[in-house]
Amino acid sequence: MEASQFKSDQYVRFCPGCGDHAICMALQKAMAQIGIPPHQVAVISGIGCSSRMPHYLNTYGFNTIHGRGGAIATGVKTSHPELTVWQISGDGDCLAIGGNHFIHEIRRNVDLNVCMFNNRIYGLTKGQYSPTSPKGFVSKSSPFGTVERPFVPAQLVLGAGGTFFARTLDVDVPTTVNCLVAANEHKGCSIVECLVNCVIFNNGTHAWIADREQRAEHSIILKHGEKMIFGKNNDKGLAVEIDPVTFVPKMIVVPADDPRVLTHDATQPDPTLHRLLALMGQNLVTDVNTQPTEDSLPIALGVIRSVEAETYDEAVNKQIADVREHAKVHNFDELTATLDSWQV
Amino acid sequence: MKNALDRQTQVTKKNVTIRFCGDSGDGMQLTGNLFAQLGAELGHEISTLPDFPAEIRAPQGTLGGVSGFQVELGSEVYTPGDKADVIVAMNAAALKVCTLGSHFNHPQAHYDEQFALYHRHAIVLVDTDSLTDKDLEKAQYHTDNPFTELGIPESVQVVPVALTTLTKEALKDSGMDNKSMLKSRNMFALGLVCWLFDEPMDKAIHLLEDKFKKKPALIAPNTKVMVDGYNYGANMALSVNQIRLGESGDNSQEKGVYTSIAGNRATAFGLIAAAEKAGKHLFLGSYPITPATDILHELAGRKDMNVMAIQVEDEIAGVCTAIGAAFAGDLACTSTSGPGLSLKSEAIGLAVMAELPLVIVDVQRGGPSTGLPTKTEQTDLLQALYGRNGECPAVVLAASSSANCFDFAYEACKIALENMTPVVLLTDTYLANGTGLWRIPKLVDLPEIKPQSVPEELKDKYNPALRDERGVRYWAFPGMEGYAHRNIGLERDAEKGTISTNPENHETMVLARKHKIEQIAERIPELKVIHGAESQDTLLVGWGSTEGHLHAAANELGCDLAQFNYICPLPKNTREVLSQYKRIVVCELNTGQFATYLRSQFPELPIEQYNEIQGQPFAVERIVNFVKQ
Repeated sequence: MEASQFKSDQYVRFCPGCGDHAICMALQKAMAQIGIPPHQVAVISGIGCSSRMPHYLNTYGFNTIHGRGGAIATGVKTSHPELTVWQISGDGDCLAIGGNHFIHEIRRNVDLNVCMFNNRIYGLTKGQYSPTSPKGFVSKSSPFGTVERPFVPAQLVLGAGGTFFARTLDVDVPTTVNCLVAANEHKGCSIVECLVNCVIFNNGTHAWIADREQRAEHSIILKHGEKMIFGKNNDKGLAVEIDPVTFVPKMIVVPADDPRVLTHDATQPDPTLHRLLALMGQNLVTDVNTQPTEDSLPIALGVIRSVEAETYDEAVNKQIADVREHAKVHNFDELTATLDSWQV
Repeated sequence: MKNALDRQTQVTKKNVTIRFCGDSGDGMQLTGNLFAQLGAELGHEISTLPDFPAEIRAPQGTLGGVSGFQVELGSEVYTPGDKADVIVAMNAAALKVCTLGSHFNHPQAHYDEQFALYHRHAIVLVDTDSLTDKDLEKAQYHTDNPFTELGIPESVQVVPVALTTLTKEALKDSGMDNKSMLKSRNMFALGLVCWLFDEPMDKAIHLLEDKFKKKPALIAPNTKVMVDGYNYGANMALSVNQIRLGESGDNSQEKGVYTSIAGNRATAFGLIAAAEKAGKHLFLGSYPITPATDILHELAGRKDMNVMAIQVEDEIAGVCTAIGAAFAGDLACTSTSGPGLSLKSEAIGLAVMAELPLVIVDVQRGGPSTGLPTKTEQTDLLQALYGRNGECPAVVLAASSSANCFDFAYEACKIALENMTPVVLLTDTYLANGTGLWRIPKLVDLPEIKPQSVPEELKDKYNPALRDERGVRYWAFPGMEGYAHRNIGLERDAEKGTISTNPENHETMVLARKHKIEQIAERIPELKVIHGAESQDTLLVGWGSTEGHLHAAANELGCDLAQFNYICPLPKNTREVLSQYKRIVVCELNTGQFATYLRSQFPELPIEQYNEIQGQPFAVERIVNFVKQ
């Protein structure tokens, strides 16, 4: 299928230069690559800039209310598991007002493809800090800087028992497409953190890796089964070191030819290593006062975790099917016949 | 206090009210339900009122832990009765609560017929083994003679029975331990009450066997205790009159197959029947909340009928998962009580805006906030009508008996599916937990449900703003090829269905949504007045669960009654009916919400109001006194 088959007739109204344009395009490409016809796809969103996305996709779409996209998507998928269901959300929609639905869709492992746009700002309400804004961040609602610690979305996902986590960057369309396709292939709740730039209210929030020159040095694109190698000249690798006193493991950068360089296994059920990978470089985005240093770890992009587990929608429907196989009651009249009753 | 020495005789009564009252662990709900069911199977009309504390197990023997179950049976039964004719008090605390009613906490309180739960000529069976000093202390008595202390009048027939001793005696060869034996005390009381009402034991035994069929070991001991209780009454020639209920008017009951059913169960059955009739998959998204949870329980157990009932993370997820299922083409419902309805408000607004069918069952309880979770009230009416942002009309229905919770749950689904709108169904604690007789319908006899669909010729031309001649938008859902569209909570263009902020368009759409609800009045039944014996200028008006009490009051007053089940839209002849009366008394269990609503619709009508707000159903007597004044 062609990406154009997934474009709606609506004029795309993201701000010029907004990272959402790139994700929108990547979504259309990914959907074409996945090849499920538009009428079997439902895209559910909440409220926020990113939540306008359903209007630009030629599938079934539902632009709902703030924070509730996850619960509504859960209803769509559980009642109709034959549909492919996407949820589009932002850092405010997903992690603040919709936080409860977010952790529970992950805990239940509802088979949804969730694109969580993270620009670390409330854009549609014109520039307030979000749950992912770094501590000390100055915004209209935090004129003296925030005093609160932000969420690292990956940590929340893994803490809730997430089976899939990927991270991508607006300007890297091929990686975004790959992550979205992988999210769809994965059966279960697939969270794709899309790092997007808000050109109006938080321009440059991902500059550390967005800059093409720097990106190869400051990020690593993880691929399942491949060695963890990065750098402009592919000369750096990632390894784990365990502190001999505290036994706390940490990621370290080693030369690419070091035998300790790890091979990425996204399917490992134990989340320890996935967590270490997902947290690399996150100290740079959790406090405005943290400055990058020479030995700062690269930010991990790509599919960090993809583990198989029974999905909620499957389990709910299977239980119903199992009960029905041995059911004695099949319709209303048979149901009422089971009651204690008498003739008048 | 009378200790009648007369030889027992029988008196015949048209109907009688009995209240089982004991510790919340004494099995009073089970006992009461069994007795009510027995009465129903013997051809009596029944109406029941379970009345229990919010605590699951308050400290044993205390006033706070008293649990009651009241049932009226006989003929022309409209309510569970204002006051009991027979009390079964399982302990000192129960005796006190029944005698003093809501004044049980007043240190100097005596029997006062205004507050007591039984009247002056009632029979009070009391377990004398549960009146020890320790029991009296727990129930905060100050003397060692509870009867004198409570000032129980002479006219009351107190029947002291050593329930505990007699139960142990009955089970002495059973090999059961003391604790297990004590649990059967309620069955001795049940047997005794069966004797008192001259009810045959064979049916009672059959019911008991059925009730314990999953725990067969309990059948024999409980049956033994119950039969011993019955025989005790017969053999000991208890100095009370047996009460014989007059033959219930066989003519008054429509022929058919009957069962006794609680409102929550009837509601669940209504949803199930509607889904089958409509050919739709039934989806319930819900979060546990008293007193609505039984609807979730009932539907979660009906996987055999392909019902999908899921318990989700919160009230908002309950309604939102349902909205998702509705978007995907299902008959979608959510069940809750007042605090949950508050939480669901925004999402109900989304369903109004997105014009999706959705059934919201609100089992009202005492509010505001956490309020009185186990008590009844009609205080969510205005919330159901208006509790949303924006101009946000939705259909509001109210069931008026435990059994017709079935009919109005069914009707709520029918209206939602045929008109693409959320429908709020109001029931309440009284209907939800109380039981009444239900004539079991056959699916084939229920009204047709034709869910809104979309004409074939709109394929590839569809958008979510397109409406039929009634003003109801067409329904297409994911999976249908050629109808993919984007639905929204934002305002949409009246023609294209896409986002619009155009001022005139907004007004057009507000009016279109309003019109859609108003046109439903064309398809609902007209308001019918229940005519009293005398032609009067007075009309009693009620809505929802007060029908039984108001019917009984209207009978006594000889005046007319108009009971509303359709609140929004109102039946289209409402003005015509109400304007025929000089005096209109709107009676409700709130401070006048329906009266306020009616005044807003019909400002010219002389509307008076009578309100009670004590977490209890009406007392018929008080309504009658008010209207007579």
